[in-house]
Amino acid sequence: MSIFVNKNTRVVVQGITGKEGRFHTAQCVDYGTRIVAGVTPGKGGQQADNISVFNTVAEAALKTKADCSLIFVPPQFAADAIMEAADAGIKLIVAITEGIPIADMMRVKGFLKDKNTRLIGPNCPGIITPGECKIGIMPAPIHTPGGPIGVISRSGTLTYEVVYQLTQKNIGQTTCIGIGGDPVNGTNFIDCLKAFEEDADTKGIVMVGEIGGSAEEEASEFISAYVTKPVVGFVAGLTAPPGRRMGHAGAIISGGSGTAAGKITAMKKAGINVCENLGTFGELCAETFNFSG
Amino acid sequence: MKIHEYQAKELFRKYKIAVPKGRAAFTPEEAILSAKELGEYPVVIKAQIHAGGRGKGGGVKLAGSEAEAENIAKQIIGMSLITHQTGAEGRVVKKVLVEQGLNIEKELYLSILPDRATGKNLIIASEAGGMDIEAVAEETPKKLIKVYVDPLMGIQPYHLRKTAFGLNISADCIKGFSALLKGLYNLFTDYDCSLVEINPLVITKDNKVIALDAKMDFDDNAIFRHKNIAEYRDIDEEDALEAEASKFGLNYINLNGNIGNMVNGAGLAMATMDIIKQAGAEPANFLDVGGGADAVMIENGFRIILRDSKVKGILINIFGGILRCDVLASGVVEAAKKNDINVPVVVRMEGTNVAEGRKILLDSGLAIITAVDIKDAAQKVSAIVAG
Repeated sequence: MSIFVNKNTRVVVQGITGKEGRFHTAQCVDYGTRIVAGVTPGKGGQQADNISVFNTVAEAALKTKADCSLIFVPPQFAADAIMEAADAGIKLIVAITEGIPIADMMRVKGFLKDKNTRLIGPNCPGIITPGECKIGIMPAPIHTPGGPIGVISRSGTLTYEVVYQLTQKNIGQTTCIGIGGDPVNGTNFIDCLKAFEEDADTKGIVMVGEIGGSAEEEASEFISAYVTKPVVGFVAGLTAPPGRRMGHAGAIISGGSGTAAGKITAMKKAGINVCENLGTFGELCAETFNFSG
Repeated sequence: MKIHEYQAKELFRKYKIAVPKGRAAFTPEEAILSAKELGEYPVVIKAQIHAGGRGKGGGVKLAGSEAEAENIAKQIIGMSLITHQTGAEGRVVKKVLVEQGLNIEKELYLSILPDRATGKNLIIASEAGGMDIEAVAEETPKKLIKVYVDPLMGIQPYHLRKTAFGLNISADCIKGFSALLKGLYNLFTDYDCSLVEINPLVITKDNKVIALDAKMDFDDNAIFRHKNIAEYRDIDEEDALEAEASKFGLNYINLNGNIGNMVNGAGLAMATMDIIKQAGAEPANFLDVGGGADAVMIENGFRIILRDSKVKGILINIFGGILRCDVLASGVVEAAKKNDINVPVVVRMEGTNVAEGRKILLDSGLAIITAVDIKDAAQKVSAIVAG
């Protein structure tokens, strides 16, 4: 089992003919992901590495039964691409694009409210169910199929680091999701926690946060009320200065709120096993997720 | 991206938001001319830097005569203004804003910013104007008026009324206040602002509503559609190394520590800074070279860290995904050839093409310390600090 995506997920890639889109589509196909279509307006009818390209998502969805979209469209057009996919009835949208204006994402959020669509990202590495499908840009070899751990993270390479450490300790993953580093995004920690709690194959959860906003604090409250599975947490940015945006648009301590220390306190209070030194992450997971006994 | 008060006030005027009469001056002579133009004393002379707390730091002064205006202008232009936001070294003032003095009845606070939790725009207002709003929020949160505006709907008359009545605006001023807030909201959305703030917004003795101060910050991701705003950028206000890094598309922030670091990805970069601290040192910077970095970007990033005189050692931490370890290694070797490396360099690489990357570093003959994992990297940084 897994959450949100599996081997049957049918993916259309928006922006398939761009450099990034083409490269990562090939990587996803290699992994076994069912990429059924591509979309680049004006290039309908062409083929991109043996994948049919359509002008619109609606046409691609109609002809290929795609139910998931992977977006590599440049930031100035990305919000529109997300709305187009949702309007075409796509159930899951994974937006990799970094640098979408916040006002555009606020519009998208409003637009998605009455749609039956889940958005992951933007500014994220995507989602992978190891051994079944990879819908994103994460390096495949670091993952271990079969579970029992679900991974949720606001980061990209930091997620790879924690997954790598899990794999080094022979701890597999059910699904790993990057929810993105932007201040306004789609799927949040709580959505993923809820899905992992309900997923029978997931026995434990890894949650990786960073400075900025209050998503970790809200997730902690949710965990203390509803999550029965063990959770290991990490928060990046203990040394980040206030008022400076640390790479991610959402990673900023403003007016004394959104600090790593505050988030760690909230997580500990919720019973999360917080790792305070990234070098020992794998070890802490091995101790916490010891299900044999 | 931040802009100066005088630039923000130019935009305010376009949106019919009342501001005091006045203009910017780059020399004491220009400042005196500006004061004369206003024709009436007192005038206010305000240092123009991208930091708050200018008044407390001695960067905002009232001049009652031409002679006084001249003295103050000479004093402020060229001074190192230290405020709670500039750090101990302060910021050199290169321009001032010379404005008419006003007869103030009441000072208010007004701002608009995007609220990440709700995905709506948020108007914050308070009768405690002129004060640090963070202090108001902490000490008397009830004094803050918060009005959320759905961006799909835009600002409605009831939003204006809710804010105005919340601020106890008198009947004589309601119309003026509402027009100002509506203009401010439109300015905020038209230019993709991440903050507009008027502190204080004043009611004058003759019942005019005027923005005495103006602060604007813009969403860096949206600057591409506002070329006129991009022209407001003032490189003098930026750290020299940060400005240099931005030319190469590098995400670099200069900090006060002694261990430089270069990482791919913002989250891992922050975590690496934390590791440096835990190893008993302090990070000298934040540097995210990004997922799609090439050898040239790596080379430039490395060069910028080397230019930082505080740096006593460097930690490079790369988790190769899209950025391959061999590309990283080539960039480091190139930079090392062109620059004197007189500090120890620890490299930790993992992921795509890691074997090729390690070989490139080994074959280069450079004295690079290799770390096998994060724990090992931290210990090697500790050793640098101790030694």
